[in-house]
Amino acid sequence: MATPDFLLDYLPILVFLGLALALGIGFLAVPALIAPSEPDPEKLSTYECGFNAFDDARMKFDVQFYIVAILFIIVDLDVAFLFPWAVALFNPELGTDRDFQLFAFWSMFVFLAVFAIGFLYEWKKGALEWR
Amino acid sequence: METVWNYLTSRPTDAGWANWLVPTALQTLALMVVLLVALAFILLFDRKVWAAVQMRKGPNVVGPFGLLQSFADFFKFVFKEIVIPAGADRTIFIVAPLITFVLAFAAWAVVPVGPGLVVADINVGILYLFAISSLGVYGIIMGGWASNSKYPFLGSLRSAAQMVSYEVSIGFVIITVLLLVGSLNLTDIVESQNRGMGFLNWHFIPLFPMFVVFFVSALAETNRPPFDLPEAESELVAGYQVEYSSTPYLLFMIGEYLNIVLMCAMLTILFFGGWHSPIPWAPLDSIPLFWFGAKVVFFFFLFAMAKAIVPRYRYDQLMRLGWKVFLPLSLFYVVALAGLMVMFPGLAEHFQSWRQ
Repeated sequence: MATPDFLLDYLPILVFLGLALALGIGFLAVPALIAPSEPDPEKLSTYECGFNAFDDARMKFDVQFYIVAILFIIVDLDVAFLFPWAVALFNPELGTDRDFQLFAFWSMFVFLAVFAIGFLYEWKKGALEWR
Repeated sequence: METVWNYLTSRPTDAGWANWLVPTALQTLALMVVLLVALAFILLFDRKVWAAVQMRKGPNVVGPFGLLQSFADFFKFVFKEIVIPAGADRTIFIVAPLITFVLAFAAWAVVPVGPGLVVADINVGILYLFAISSLGVYGIIMGGWASNSKYPFLGSLRSAAQMVSYEVSIGFVIITVLLLVGSLNLTDIVESQNRGMGFLNWHFIPLFPMFVVFFVSALAETNRPPFDLPEAESELVAGYQVEYSSTPYLLFMIGEYLNIVLMCAMLTILFFGGWHSPIPWAPLDSIPLFWFGAKVVFFFFLFAMAKAIVPRYRYDQLMRLGWKVFLPLSLFYVVALAGLMVMFPGLAEHFQSWRQ
């Protein structure tokens, strides 16, 4: 695994991406070539259940969506930290030293406790309430 | 079948690039064609289940029992005009469905459908899936923004918030599986559930609450009913897809269904022993592709039934369920499981015994 050979395992993903992209572009190109194209102002106007559009659609929106996005970044990073920990903790190929396991468990416990305190604070502050 | 695959996967390292590229490309093409054809029938299956619950017949005109309905739909899409609204950002409008489509396919590169039957057997398979499904939000939010129309805009906002909310509980659920397995490789995750006692070794038994959380989160993550608020017909018409027509719409739909089938495949791999038969008996275990397919179709049936019989959630209930129920529950389960395994080393030994 130490050889760069294992990087070859990732190359099929590039091939996959390339072929999927080619197929997608193919799907988009076919109707552009064979389908009719008769644009008129009514057809190209924004759909708003029969009304003419009142104003621009890119308007102000609820700040709650930002809060959810910010919370997501925090929690997702947290999960990313947990991945290597979860893989290494009980893996016998990496050794099963009891003291090390206890140390690893308690350090992650403290980390998650700090995260849980922050989460409870958000909860009590009402950041998770949807109004 | 497997001999053909092995021939295709043989990779002479000192030979030229073409010797490597051609088999890989053929494999990829084979998987993509199988996926697309399977998807056509899965779409029909979805509609048939929905119809049966409502005492209707469902599509039954094109081909016997309507079997060719999806192909007819495909040709209909191809012959339709691509309408791009006047106010839209043309480039992003076209790129958005492409992103959804390509990402939905790219995730399948690491999914093992049988022993050794995987295009890219990478060490960090599950992390890759996690990353790709996070990226899926981009296609939807770009589509909603580029349309420059109110319904798509609101739909894409809702969809993005909903997808990221459930992504976090999916992350914690994956961690609980990793604690039992000790490897990120998807083939290892499947093999770890084959310790000689059939379905009794599958992870859904020790992780049953997490299986339920994952299933419900998968419904929300793929915007399936009862969590289809981004496209709630009665309020947002069709959500981020309102302004889409012809093949751009088709790409969104293929991407959406590929993600649903991917979630079914992940349920199979993480909790239900992948391609192993429920009873460890050699003749039964010799048809891995059948077991994998059967499990995926079974979970898709559950998805279809949830769509047919469960009423739609309200948006604040949806966010409450994700953040206030699933996240604390899965976080608690991670800590409790790790604590139990540290306290009783025999437990960890038992779950890691697949490594011999």
